Amino acid sequence: MTREFRVQTSYALLLGALLTASMLLVQQVDKIRAVEPIQEVLYIPSPKVVKRLSLGYSGLLADIYWTRVVQYFGTKHRAKAKQYLILEPLLDMTTTLDPQLLPAYEFGSVFLAQKPPEGAGNPEAAARLVEKGIRENPQAWRLYYDLGYIYWLEMKDSARASDAFERGSKVAGAHPWMKVMAAALAAHAGETETAVYMWTNILNSSEDKDLRANAMNRLRCLRVDGEVKVLQERVDQFTKQTGRLPSAWGDLISAGLLRGVPMDPKNNRYQLVKGRVQVEHPDAFPFITKGLPPELEPKDLPGDPGYRLSKSSE
Amino acid sequence: MIGRLWAIAYNTFREAVRDRVLYNLILFALLIVGASVLFGQISLDINRIVLINLGLTAISMFGIVIAIFIGIGLVSKEIDKRTLYTVLAARPVRRWEFIAGKFLGLVMTLTVNALLMSVGFFAAVLYVSHHLGRVDLPLVVAIYFILLEFVLITALALLFSTFSTPIFSSIFAFAIFAVGTFAEDLRGFAEMAHGVTRWVMTGAAYLVPNFASLNVISQVAHDVKVDPKLILLNTLYVVVYTASVLTASVWIFERRNLK
Repeated sequence: MTREFRVQTSYALLLGALLTASMLLVQQVDKIRAVEPIQEVLYIPSPKVVKRLSLGYSGLLADIYWTRVVQYFGTKHRAKAKQYLILEPLLDMTTTLDPQLLPAYEFGSVFLAQKPPEGAGNPEAAARLVEKGIRENPQAWRLYYDLGYIYWLEMKDSARASDAFERGSKVAGAHPWMKVMAAALAAHAGETETAVYMWTNILNSSEDKDLRANAMNRLRCLRVDGEVKVLQERVDQFTKQTGRLPSAWGDLISAGLLRGVPMDPKNNRYQLVKGRVQVEHPDAFPFITKGLPPELEPKDLPGDPGYRLSKSSE
Repeated sequence: MIGRLWAIAYNTFREAVRDRVLYNLILFALLIVGASVLFGQISLDINRIVLINLGLTAISMFGIVIAIFIGIGLVSKEIDKRTLYTVLAARPVRRWEFIAGKFLGLVMTLTVNALLMSVGFFAAVLYVSHHLGRVDLPLVVAIYFILLEFVLITALALLFSTFSTPIFSSIFAFAIFAVGTFAEDLRGFAEMAHGVTRWVMTGAAYLVPNFASLNVISQVAHDVKVDPKLILLNTLYVVVYTASVLTASVWIFERRNLK
């Protein structure tokens, strides 16, 4: 081992040790500063002023603001916040600085529309944001698609939803099922078949991993809803025929009403509790409206299908 | 060794003073006095806050600019003027002593500069608040953190000076200062990434100098106390990080062929 080699190695080891020590110290500093509350304030509230101050570099500034939106939303979402005070102005700032920044409209509207703690619970603001996006980018058909879902799922306004899908279907390059959605919503708003059709389209047309996982989850839940409905009809039929509640699935199988023990999409047996069909693990199906134990039954049914548009993994 | 270090440090300090660096104090004094009088007249109830924000920001910005513009020339200027060869060849000065001496000299200059500016600053605070007391102690902590900033940026400017031209060194130094002020955000972004990207980004985010936690100006402007643990950890961090930057500087400088 030459002297030169020893010297170089010593420098490298010393530098490595010092940098490691500094990293550990930064972690300790972060622990102290992490308790500081998130600042719910826009230092310059006017998007026009910020645009002028950007000296023409508004694209970069928009990217920075969009990153701040994601950080703000992520932090509040993790803390299960009930209020997202500056989400809408931050998105307005971002999209004014760069009106062509489509992800800001698409994801921003989801952040705004979802009910707390999943989002800000402000579908009107979400619709305004997407309408702004459409004004700035009339050829972006996916914005009409987003608007349609906000009107349909979050605002329960199938007429305006149908109109949004209809407008979008006329844009060059729009997916053909936009027209079908417009027609389906106009004719069968709120039906399970329409929801299945919608989530299947999302699953087949999206490359986003989280969005696809969400669509799969929704479809599984819709399948459970459909199966519970059919099973409950069979149970009721058995009760009517025999004058008693079935004690187990075997009773229905013996009566020729079922071919075998019914299984849910997660391969667990459906439960039969005092003549009611229930899923074994309700937590595995977060969007089901049927097959829940009585204490978990949604209170705002009927009319609320409980489907929420979500682009985040759930 | 101490004698040689002191000689280089003292000469660096003298050279900086001869460069009329301390002239910025006049500008600073005018800015502070002017601002405190102006805001006292036109603002409603925030003249002290404005004075603290403006005064401490000015101390910090003036110091950072001086640290970078003097720091980037510390080594390269000596090479251009060929005075370095005299120092290293004709006198028994080792290369690491030269780097450490230059660093200490510039830190000394910046400390004197900051202390004089702080005198002007506290005079303005006294003028606005009519008294100085325990409530003003966080201001001293903020100034101490600003001094720590100077130490870090001086070491970084010196590092760039050992291998690059003054223009590029100043660009690098300003860029790393800007990135360092977003260090906490960078670590936040890294946490949201996945897989290898997360590891690479986290590593990079921790290697960037952490200027973010050294800036408590807005906090003290609202009379919020600074956690004593933060003072201790920031001090330790700056000592360790500066040592690592100086080690890198010496390592590079030792490998340079100066013949």
